[in-house]
Amino acid sequence: MALASSDSQERAGHFGDYGGRFVPEALTAALDELDTTFRSALVDPAFRAELDWLQTTYNGRPSPLSEARRFSAEYCGGARVLLKREDLNHTGSHKINNVLGQALLAVRMGKKRVIAETGAGQHGVATATAAALMGLECTVYMGEEDTQRQALNVARMKLLGAEVIPVTIGSRTLKDAINEAMRDWVTSVDRTHYILGTVTGPAPFPEMVKEFHRVIGSEARVQVLERVGRLPDAVAACVGGGSNAMGIFSAFIDDPQVQLRGYEAGGDGVETGRHAARFSGGSPGVLHGARTYVMQDEWGQTMPSHSISAGLDYPGVGPEHAWLHDTGRAIYEPVNDDEAMRAFAALCRTEGIIPAIESAHGLAGAMRLGRELGPHAVIVVNLSGRGDKDVETAARWFGLDGSSPEVAG
Amino acid sequence: MAALQEKFDAARAENRAVLIGYLPAGFPDYDGCIEAMAIMVESGVDVVEVGLPYSDPLMDGATIQQAVDIALSGGTATPTVLSTVAAIAATGAPTLVMSYWNPIEKYGVEAFARDLAGSGGVGVITPDLTPEESGPWMRATDSAGIDRVYLVAPSSSDERIAVVAGATTGFVYAASTMGVTGTRTTVGSAAGDLVARTRALTDRPIAVGLGVSTGDQAAEVAAYADGVIVGSAFVRALLDAPSRGAGLDAVAALTVSLAAGVRRR
Repeated sequence: MALASSDSQERAGHFGDYGGRFVPEALTAALDELDTTFRSALVDPAFRAELDWLQTTYNGRPSPLSEARRFSAEYCGGARVLLKREDLNHTGSHKINNVLGQALLAVRMGKKRVIAETGAGQHGVATATAAALMGLECTVYMGEEDTQRQALNVARMKLLGAEVIPVTIGSRTLKDAINEAMRDWVTSVDRTHYILGTVTGPAPFPEMVKEFHRVIGSEARVQVLERVGRLPDAVAACVGGGSNAMGIFSAFIDDPQVQLRGYEAGGDGVETGRHAARFSGGSPGVLHGARTYVMQDEWGQTMPSHSISAGLDYPGVGPEHAWLHDTGRAIYEPVNDDEAMRAFAALCRTEGIIPAIESAHGLAGAMRLGRELGPHAVIVVNLSGRGDKDVETAARWFGLDGSSPEVAG
Repeated sequence: MAALQEKFDAARAENRAVLIGYLPAGFPDYDGCIEAMAIMVESGVDVVEVGLPYSDPLMDGATIQQAVDIALSGGTATPTVLSTVAAIAATGAPTLVMSYWNPIEKYGVEAFARDLAGSGGVGVITPDLTPEESGPWMRATDSAGIDRVYLVAPSSSDERIAVVAGATTGFVYAASTMGVTGTRTTVGSAAGDLVARTRALTDRPIAVGLGVSTGDQAAEVAAYADGVIVGSAFVRALLDAPSRGAGLDAVAALTVSLAAGVRRR
């Protein structure tokens, strides 16, 4: 159940009934310190200048907005699909935007060590990268199952000097990596900052991570206005924890004519129970410090999630998405593994871009949307990451590694 | 709400600390947990803390995680926790539940408080619920007449301790170290300081948990705290034993040693 709105409306760190802080008391002081540091940094021109400088000269921002002409014509009913190219960021995904911001905050707080959880490994790689850049110790927690399916990223993190700890408890995926990172943080909080990688967790993480990804939406809004001369009809993004989606949605939330569409991992299909579709297959609850939609059983035990995409394989979702969902401002739909992989293949062959499998869920959404909205529609898709890390998974899926192709479902 | 207070008053009159013992419900199995708890009470545990096994126990170290996994694999769910409480409360020892927040919210905040009271439970420790998020919980516990116990930590400011102590009833749970549950070779100096700071801000009894596993550590903590909470050491005793009987013997021996410790302040 959700609390009565009178208890939580208009309180800091809440989005309607969602969000908040459900954490051990030991972390309260650190979250307060982080909140204060974050707010002072936001209004400090020197901090903004340093972050902007890193975004430009280190990360390669602004990222381009690419026309996907052949993809649009062949797969999206002729709608004009524009790709926000977060895959071209340094380290290959949007994750670095948030990490650079939080790593600067860690330095500002005088912390010498950063920790992170990672699912697909993109957030872990980005954290290891920023730690190397800023001379911080770095430990990354990663579910053992994910270390196997994302072995390339494990090697990258190690090359960058990070310690990677495989998590062997629970479902051995992102959820359990977050548990372990939280436990580390409780124990080491005086010298350690936890760089949480998505818009989940206790306040101020959801708000802060969105703020550091706001650049995606701000750039895209300017770019689409310049290119097309009007706002898009829809903005689409995949939603795991939901940071890339919050980043691109943020600039369009106040434009009611722009549809916001989030695509969750449908896995083998919501009806099979093997999925990560929190809005279609979950209910309001508390997980990892925030009230949000959670995949849980009738007693409030977290259910294991499933997706071909490690980055979307998570039973919770950012609390602001929960609020956008309930208010109807954004619409969330599941995309099954096989539909995502068809979109993955389509983009490879029509645009010469190998997307992350996470991002392929957003592309599959654009394919649905294009056919729904028709040839005059303009759709911006956040291409949140590149697919190098997924080549092995994709080769196996399509039978390019000598095995027979996996049958969908 | 009087049962806990009576235990603390009685212990104070005897110039000793209260011994609080924890096991997760359903560990090692439903009957085994109740049997072990009964032996703990017979051997000197004053107050029993029944853990509600949860899939994502952020405050717990490897030992309790392992026990919770066993309990959940065995099918433990909220109703079995409540019947475990009923069985243990029948021994006469005040019985608390330790639960992360989501299972309580999912069960229904008012329903949980009411059903726990109906099972003979006297209160709930909520390690991931802060007073700020507790509006409905405070009303539910007040209405059901059960205690709600919140935690303070070495990192808590005095201002924060005052907020937590003001929201708590029964006793204040002082986390001895910055960390998760588990046995440690030393309890750490932070605990004494935290108890002293807390004592200056509240008249409520203060119990110290995290890392206490031996009679000597219990005596050390009993020197400054009103209660000593032991969890992982009991779990460890059951996990390490070669048989059910040996595990229960180990639990009894550990309890006797801890009970002597809280009297040796």
